Amino acid sequence: MKAAVVVFPGSNCDRDLADAFRQAGADVAMVWHKDSTLPEGVDVVGIPGGFSFGDYLRCGAIAARSPITAAVIDHARRGGYALGICNGFQVLTETGVLPGVLMRNAGLKFICKSVDLVVETCESAFTSGYDRGQKISVPVAHHDGNYVADDGLVGQLKAENRIAFTYARDINGSAARIAGVLSENRRVLGMMPHPERAAEPAHGGTDGAALFRSLVDALVRA
Amino acid sequence: MKARVHVMLKDGVLDPQGEAVRHALGSLGFEGVTGVRQGKVLDLDLEDTDVEAARARLGDMCEKLLANTVIERYDIEIG
Repeated sequence: MKAAVVVFPGSNCDRDLADAFRQAGADVAMVWHKDSTLPEGVDVVGIPGGFSFGDYLRCGAIAARSPITAAVIDHARRGGYALGICNGFQVLTETGVLPGVLMRNAGLKFICKSVDLVVETCESAFTSGYDRGQKISVPVAHHDGNYVADDGLVGQLKAENRIAFTYARDINGSAARIAGVLSENRRVLGMMPHPERAAEPAHGGTDGAALFRSLVDALVRA
Repeated sequence: MKARVHVMLKDGVLDPQGEAVRHALGSLGFEGVTGVRQGKVLDLDLEDTDVEAARARLGDMCEKLLANTVIERYDIEIG
């Protein structure tokens, strides 16, 4: 099972994400933003957290137009798996691969703490290792995590069972407390919380590890 | 040719930063400010000579990068 982790100037969770994939049993290749192709045979692409291009213009806006991102969009359109965490989620919404927008937190503060999430669906390779309704503790670290979606989009995401995680309590003003959403084919997940920062005991919690384990297991079986 | 692009949040999209500015103005004693919306201004120097062609290109730039049209609208000024 092969994973690729994209590195933009300003990415800072790329190695943590690679470690989490490796720990779950994946081979990991790091891919620079100027590359225009993904390594041969990649099953899943990870877009890490950080501050790609200094968050200039809008969070994720410039990374979304990088050469490698065109390859990631193409990979997703062909049915490939992708996981965008934090800034990676912002990049995926900027590309249109995932719907909605991440705006400045309603309270205007940068939030850096562990929060409780509710697993809203276990029907995806990312979430099949959890139970529906299970509460997990995962760190967040963001200034722009306020998920903006109009009522129509929220209704559609609910109807299609595409809300992967919600915040147990509102932290940033997100519509319907959405913390993570799936693509229509359920193979692309974007989420603001950092499961790679809760993947081994030294992190102070391991609730994020099941996400990587179930994803890698699903792709090994495929 | 010089062009100026204004990018603003669409009406109805909550602007937490504009709201914070409005509150700050109130606490400085500026009364009667009932709304503040914060946006961006981008000044561009272009090699274009044809105004209409430049306007079309700027529209394309806004759609592809300068604005996120899910939540933002843009206005283009030339000259």
